[in-house]
Amino acid sequence: MKKTQNVLIKGTKDGLTLHLDDLCSYEELKRELDSKLTENSLANKDRPLISVRVQVGNRYLTEDQQEEIKNLIRQKKNLVVELIQSNVMTREEAELAIAANEIIPVAKVIRSGQVLETTGDLLLVGDVNPGGTVRAGGNIFIMGALKGIAHAGCFGNSNAVVVASVMNPSQIRISHCINRAPDYGIDKEKREMECAYIDENDHIIIDRLQVLSQLRPNLTKLEGGR
Amino acid sequence: MGQAIVVTSGKGGVGKTTTSANIGTALALQGKRVCLVDTDIGLRNLDVVMGLENRIIYDLVDVVEGRCKIHQALVKDKRFDDLLYLLPAAQTSDKTAVQPEQMKTLINNLKQDYDYIIIDCPAGIEQGYKNAVAGADKAIVVTTPEVSAVRDADRIIGLLEKEENVEAPKLVINRIRSHMMKNGDMLDVDEITAHLSIDLIGIVADDDEVIKASNHGEPIALNPNSKASIAYRNIARRILGESIPLQQLDDSDKGVFTKIKKFFGVK
Repeated sequence: MKKTQNVLIKGTKDGLTLHLDDLCSYEELKRELDSKLTENSLANKDRPLISVRVQVGNRYLTEDQQEEIKNLIRQKKNLVVELIQSNVMTREEAELAIAANEIIPVAKVIRSGQVLETTGDLLLVGDVNPGGTVRAGGNIFIMGALKGIAHAGCFGNSNAVVVASVMNPSQIRISHCINRAPDYGIDKEKREMECAYIDENDHIIIDRLQVLSQLRPNLTKLEGGR
Repeated sequence: MGQAIVVTSGKGGVGKTTTSANIGTALALQGKRVCLVDTDIGLRNLDVVMGLENRIIYDLVDVVEGRCKIHQALVKDKRFDDLLYLLPAAQTSDKTAVQPEQMKTLINNLKQDYDYIIIDCPAGIEQGYKNAVAGADKAIVVTTPEVSAVRDADRIIGLLEKEENVEAPKLVINRIRSHMMKNGDMLDVDEITAHLSIDLIGIVADDDEVIKASNHGEPIALNPNSKASIAYRNIARRILGESIPLQQLDDSDKGVFTKIKKFFGVK
């Protein structure tokens, strides 16, 4: 029987990469990884820590298996797993990843007592009336008037922003920060086309929306162009 | 087959019952067969405003619990020739005495015999509201030009939009004081309509005559000389599909002289 190598060690400029074959059984892979690393670790004694990337190809590793592989490699004194790369992910993980990066358009007036929540970015074509709440894991873009509460980056993304055509919120929340409208002297002038973001002092700032292209370059997803 | 219109507001005291009574009366004046249904069980008023309190024998709860037939509970308004009826609410039970499903069946039965069923909804968003909305096809939201009333109207519109069998609600702005609106001390009609973003079906000026008429048990819509009466009649005609311009709010007693003085900036 032809014996192929299931574990390949390659050196790159960032450190070592372990290529693990994706066709053999998991148990076989573990055994071979163990023996391979044992013979190498003897040679590498008294060397500084080396970061290792693990490339598992088309094999899906559960979290327990990933932990097991990491432990196996960590036991060999001077090797530290930097990351495990795999070409495959579960459908569930993929859907979560898509949801977190998606812009969800909603055409609706969010009225008093109503709550609209999305995991990714929210594009609202309509108003948020006083007493209404919009919440998004990402950014919030409101084409109408924001008169209620908007909470962007509600799962802890401090880079999220709130943009509204008419910015008159009762409260703005971004990640962990909260800002509210002043109790008195509410300015009668219409606040149009503005954005809210967290500045370096951890305060919510409301400004012209044109400043975003400088402050949040990641908002632009278009690549190339003419 | 008629249609059922629920009159609601969320907030209390904005004039749901007055509006129900007057729209019903105005529709009957147009020759339609109308049944008013009071769903404010435990705090009934519609019968008082209509001046029909003394004739109540059975009520809505009696019908739902099978103690009488529907037609036995209906109170006929003698001022109209077999056009206007009232199904009064019970005064001794509370809102939990009726379930939304039962209301639906009841309203569907009434729809066979009447052109319009006007359902007077209690204040609040609990059981009473749910009962009132259950059988409705259309909704009229009543508000006054006050921030609190508009806020509650907004909430109720949100709830009504979730009801699958109810069409997009229409707005009535009640108790308008034109001088306050002109001075900017009150929300103006455009502001309210833009905020709530639903169609306006009528505006009613604040008029002492309305209170007077209600106290006499005679809906103001019966009096052709009052401004509020014309407003309610206009609402009824808009319900019937006519297109009628909104009433002018300015006090009509201003003469040419006042206009000239205004033109020259003399107070």
